[in-house]
Amino acid sequence: MASVRLEGLRKTYPNGHVAAQGLDLEIVDGEFMVLVGPSGCGKSTALRMIAGLETPTGGRILIGERDVTALPPQDRDIAMVFQTYALYPHMTVRENLAFGLRMRGTEKGEIERRVGEASRALGLEPVLDRKPAQLSGGQRQRVALGRAIVRDPKVFLFDEPLSNLDAKLRVETRAELARLHRRLGATIVYVTHDQEEAMTLGSRVAVMRDGFLQQVAPPMDMYRHPANRFVAGFVGSPAMNFLPGDLIGGLRQGAARDAVLGVRPHDMTLVSASAGDIDALVDVVEPRGSELLVYLRLGPRGDGPEVKVVAPPETSVEAERVAGVKFDRERLHWFDRDSGERLSP
Amino acid sequence: MPGAEPISGVERQEARIAWWLVLPAVLTIMLVALFPLVWTVWESLHLHDLRMPWLGRPFVGLGNYADALREPRFWGALGHTAFFAVASVGLELLVGLWFALALNRAFRGRGLVRAAVLVPWAIPTVVSALLWRFMFEGQHGIANAALMQIGVVREPVVWLIHPQLAWVPVILADVWKTTPFVALLLLAGLQNIDASLYEAARIDGASARRQFRYVTLPLLQPAILVALIFRTLDAFRVFDLIYALTGGGPGTSTEPIALYTFNALLQNLQFGYGSALSVIVFLITFSLALLYIRFLGAELTGARR
Amino acid sequence: MNGRNWWPAVALGVLVLASAFPFYWAIVGSFTPEARLFQNPSLFPTEPVLDHYRALFTARNFWLPIRNSLVVAGTTTALCVIVGSLCAYALARLQFPGKVPLLGFILAVGMFPQISVVSPLYLLLRELRLINTYPGLVLPYLTFAMPLTVWLLVGFFRQLPGELEEAAMVDGAGRLRAFWEVIVPLALPGIATTAILTFVYSWNEFLFALSFTLGPERQTVPVAIALFRGQYQIPWGQILAAAVVATAPVTLLVLAFQRRIVQGLTAGAVKG
Repeated sequence: MASVRLEGLRKTYPNGHVAAQGLDLEIVDGEFMVLVGPSGCGKSTALRMIAGLETPTGGRILIGERDVTALPPQDRDIAMVFQTYALYPHMTVRENLAFGLRMRGTEKGEIERRVGEASRALGLEPVLDRKPAQLSGGQRQRVALGRAIVRDPKVFLFDEPLSNLDAKLRVETRAELARLHRRLGATIVYVTHDQEEAMTLGSRVAVMRDGFLQQVAPPMDMYRHPANRFVAGFVGSPAMNFLPGDLIGGLRQGAARDAVLGVRPHDMTLVSASAGDIDALVDVVEPRGSELLVYLRLGPRGDGPEVKVVAPPETSVEAERVAGVKFDRERLHWFDRDSGERLSP
Repeated sequence: MPGAEPISGVERQEARIAWWLVLPAVLTIMLVALFPLVWTVWESLHLHDLRMPWLGRPFVGLGNYADALREPRFWGALGHTAFFAVASVGLELLVGLWFALALNRAFRGRGLVRAAVLVPWAIPTVVSALLWRFMFEGQHGIANAALMQIGVVREPVVWLIHPQLAWVPVILADVWKTTPFVALLLLAGLQNIDASLYEAARIDGASARRQFRYVTLPLLQPAILVALIFRTLDAFRVFDLIYALTGGGPGTSTEPIALYTFNALLQNLQFGYGSALSVIVFLITFSLALLYIRFLGAELTGARR
Repeated sequence: MNGRNWWPAVALGVLVLASAFPFYWAIVGSFTPEARLFQNPSLFPTEPVLDHYRALFTARNFWLPIRNSLVVAGTTTALCVIVGSLCAYALARLQFPGKVPLLGFILAVGMFPQISVVSPLYLLLRELRLINTYPGLVLPYLTFAMPLTVWLLVGFFRQLPGELEEAAMVDGAGRLRAFWEVIVPLALPGIATTAILTFVYSWNEFLFALSFTLGPERQTVPVAIALFRGQYQIPWGQILAAAVVATAPVTLLVLAFQRRIVQGLTAGAVKG
């Protein structure tokens, strides 16, 4: 296993589109680093540059302190799991697993040993002689994983590997990946657009937007202290509410007019009208089993901005009624209205 | 300029591999296509008659071209070619579209139809020419027999002796041979049209004819254009078919420009003049191709929409 | 809607009949004695004879053109497919400067009128003493069959998911190794189809074969048939027999692989 370092990594396409703008990122040996962001933010491009499938227009990539920027993928000692798995359709599972070792001239006995180990670990023994077309989605996923594991590479790269699975399988496989990471102690760089995946899997999360890194931090740090408005709105579900800073007086020590107040739906409570920080008109109530998701419009007549609040399931609240909203003073986030940067409370 | 940073080692390596892979094909093509074309242009500017070698090879500038433009047989050949192209391509598109629509509906016997449709396309053009010539030959070919049977004509027609009627077997033979291909192209285009569009149109109250006009035709445009380009370019280059069916006759009344050029070159051995004709044919084909590509490119990338 | 269901079937019936009839008629004619060919044509042969076929293979020695066509078409196809697939792979998958104009150039050559290069080619081949030889035909054939081959193969290669090669490269294979191990096995159906189409194209070629051969020793089937001459009149019986013989192999090929052929032709064409 090895560390990965990106230094000033840039990628500009011939048509002018800038996919990466000077990325500086340090991934520690054994870390599970998740690159997350909306589509088009450059996370896949960054991953592909680490893999060597795209060439950067500037900057360096170091794997284990070795500068690999000019090396083709086959010389980087990395393994990659693609979004569509990219299993070789004309080869059996066994041959798929053995392919990488065969390319490196590993001798047959060693190949058999490693393929056997990986297939045992992933429960692929019964399907070793089948072709990918005969496997289920979950099995194919595991073959893709197996192909990577068998190689014993320095770094594992994952490109949205769960997006093609149904919801239930996704959750199961997520747990598998976490287990895998623990067992192998592998350095993993993982790309996804799903913030929930990022938060649950990563030891650190890197949020990207328009080719820039917005914030790199462990999941809970990022949740509690988002560096800017974008990260705050991206991480956490339901998304954070943003309100004009001066809507409710007395919440901020500093000037509130040029600030935006961010507060998470979980950090607000519903009370009776006039008993909270501000009144609001209830719009829609979504019962979700373990909680209620309540949509409200602020202001006693409901002509202010819309907010979402997560309330305990027994809360008595009805559409078209006025309720009071109370903010958790410890959990308020302030952002500059123009730059989006985090402000001190 | 942003983005114009130096190509890294990996990219240069890939480009190098690519050029090695492409080289043999490109070299062959250049040697046997490009170089002769240049030579033809050069030849066309000289007088070069192999029957009269003592005249040498003097430079005559555009003299050969002027001769061509003055020659009524040249204009005749151009006219024949244009007529042939319009008639056969027009028929092929109409008939091909009709068949494509039918093929799109039916589901049984697809294989049989596909096979029937491919075989005329697959045989040598001269053979198809001979098959049709046999049917229209003299007074007793099967065509005459059939026509007299249904009463369209009362006496046998000697098709190949008649300057205008000789075109009938020619065009029929071409349509027979290539309509299947056009039908297949259009069928593929039809099958690419999402069925739900028709359903939406039907719900909106569109009759079958309107569905055809507002859903089918517009979405079929790219396929129609592709068929149009290929067939027109082929029609302008027609040679095999007419050589074997009528030989350009009677006289020169069915002679297309390619056959006229061929006769000038390899029959009369007028290399200079024949080269000028070759260049003219090339220019016509080339401009047609460019014209189509401009339209086709715009259509395919949805520039008009 | 239900009442209108007869017209597709009728249309298809017409299509099949119209396609088949000229062949059928030729086959009937090939078994009909020469004297009766143009008298009272009947739909079924009344007294079938083998005279024409016999004459074809003895007096006319039709084996020669068949052999020539096989050699020329076979060699052209083999070379085209090998050289063309390398070229097509580069065009379909690799990035290099000048790629788009190159593809345009190759396609443009495919649209050349052959007549425009016949005379210089004739002179060139005469210089190289290749008139009336096999290489003298294969070389020009390569040039004009290559664009077709490349265009078809580019279409087939493009249909394969790009991630397969990427996976192979990450796994340790270089570009060429990835091509050989992953792309070629998967593209084999497409390559086979391309080979068939190239073979058909070469077999049917006429103008170059007519111009660059001098006699039966090297003439191909289309030329031999077109130049059939009788002593007093056109030997229709033998021509028809020759036509049947000439088209039988190609017909069988096409019938056997029709689905693939249609896929190959239309996929490339409709998607541009």
